[in-house]
Amino acid sequence: MSLMGLTAVSLGKKIKAGEVSAIEAVQEALASIHEKEDVVNSFVTVEEERALKRAKEVQKGIEDGTYTGALAGVPVAIKDNMCTKGVLTTCSSKILENYIPAFSSEAVLRLEKAGAIILGKTNMDEFAMGSTTETSAFGTTKNPWNIGHVPGGSSGGSCAAVAAEECSYALGSDTGGSIRQPSSFCGVTGMKPTYGTVSRYGLIAYGSSLDQIGPVAKDVTDCAVILETIAAHDKKDSTSVERKDCDFTSALKDDVKGMKIGIPRDYFGDGLDAEVREKVMDAAKTLEAKGAVVEEFDLSLVEYAIPAYYVIACAEASSNLARFDGVKYGFRTDEYDGLHNMYKKTRSEGFGAEVKRRIMLGSFVLSSGYYDAYYLKALRTKALIKQAFDKAFSQYDMILAPAAPTTAPRLGDSLNDPIKMYLGDIYTISVNLAGLPGISLPCGKDSKGLPIGLQLIGNCFEEKKIIQAAYAFELTREYEHCPLAAGK
Amino acid sequence: MANIISDETIEYVGILAKLELDEEEKEQAKKDIGEMLDYIDKLNELDTSGVEPMSHVFPVHNVFREDVVANGDGREITLANAPEKKEDSFVVPRTI
Repeated sequence: MSLMGLTAVSLGKKIKAGEVSAIEAVQEALASIHEKEDVVNSFVTVEEERALKRAKEVQKGIEDGTYTGALAGVPVAIKDNMCTKGVLTTCSSKILENYIPAFSSEAVLRLEKAGAIILGKTNMDEFAMGSTTETSAFGTTKNPWNIGHVPGGSSGGSCAAVAAEECSYALGSDTGGSIRQPSSFCGVTGMKPTYGTVSRYGLIAYGSSLDQIGPVAKDVTDCAVILETIAAHDKKDSTSVERKDCDFTSALKDDVKGMKIGIPRDYFGDGLDAEVREKVMDAAKTLEAKGAVVEEFDLSLVEYAIPAYYVIACAEASSNLARFDGVKYGFRTDEYDGLHNMYKKTRSEGFGAEVKRRIMLGSFVLSSGYYDAYYLKALRTKALIKQAFDKAFSQYDMILAPAAPTTAPRLGDSLNDPIKMYLGDIYTISVNLAGLPGISLPCGKDSKGLPIGLQLIGNCFEEKKIIQAAYAFELTREYEHCPLAAGK
Repeated sequence: MANIISDETIEYVGILAKLELDEEEKEQAKKDIGEMLDYIDKLNELDTSGVEPMSHVFPVHNVFREDVVANGDGREITLANAPEKKEDSFVVPRTI
């Protein structure tokens, strides 16, 4: 098996033991990228020379004891909305087509400090706005399980790269499900931590009150190790939380005895694909057989999460994306007449249709006369949704649900109906509104051979509970390599 | 469609959003925003009277520090991204 077929932690062990070098690992990753990129298109930028140079440095550092961590020498792919010093960072948008950051995001710096080797930057929906990676200005990423289908989004490039074994693991970001949903579609494991756990410094903002960076990997152990590496309080992010309980790997225990798991009845109603329902309920039975106490309950307010989310996320986006004006960096239009015309033309030519749609909606809901009716109404709804989760977590250790109502749609099927695309986020979006941690991991496939994701949702700061249950569940299954990764 | 977006509203939102839309894009935006608002109007089914708007799930405070330069001189690397520059400055069209 290729080194990229191993989990990040297994590869790290081999490198540490001297069985393979960091250089060989990077060479294998680059060979895999060369072989598959024409088909999958997971990456916007591949930094071949830089990665090889860095591999030599890291290998030396491993040998002289500078790098001792589990991820030392292991190649990683970074979603293209995280700034990387000296490396093109586009957010998959024309407006940042030439942007080379002067600094790196905190999550990337923490990985590098642990000896990670960055291979390149992964494709995404433009500014993370989308659920299919089709809104990218640099081409669509294909699902490695079936290239006629989308990988999900917005971290579709990161999830496809992990599934296609073009890297050992990746970082994604999750504003409304952007790690969990593509992880589900690509048959990999992805985690969104509690809001404030990973610094957002250097993450190009979409919806600041919702955005979190998290790991995408082949298994739960990798996710716990990666999260442990990137989670830390950071003064440069005013929403960063000081936590003393970031030893996530301590939760990797095969024990769910007595754990109380709630299944929201309202997540299993209309719109949920029958095969997805079956596999997710099978997973619940597996956990029950291992000693968990599984009960159904009514979460309530589920249908209000998506409208509240789109008001809040678009409002924040309209403000966050005001900085892209063609003055200090990025694309500037060729011809213009005065300053305001330059702003307008630059933005109109630089942003794609979905980004413009969300900026327009966000500007509208924040405008005088509509602010109370839409924006404040959405924030009040968010408070009620948070209360509904508080009530659920007073009774249950975690919530078990699908990550998405269906498996990966066919390419092109989602884009022509935005509201339909938004509805695909129904099981992930409220988690962001309430700041909760959530993990998606494979629990089976449908009759078309497309992966199905199981989502476990925890209360704020209770990642360990969902990591432990996810780990226990995962031990009942074998990791399945996608046909493309297996060379078929 | 219950929410009809007028030409004036789209013009105004375009000014706020600093976006210049052509006629076709304007018609599309009117339709899109109208449909989204119809969908968002679902929130009106909820009684939220007496509920405080929640902007952050945890209490968030401003983070202060002494006003001391901590990140060094990034002039050159920062200006390297400028679409147009002159000496140590970004060049923009005349503003007044």
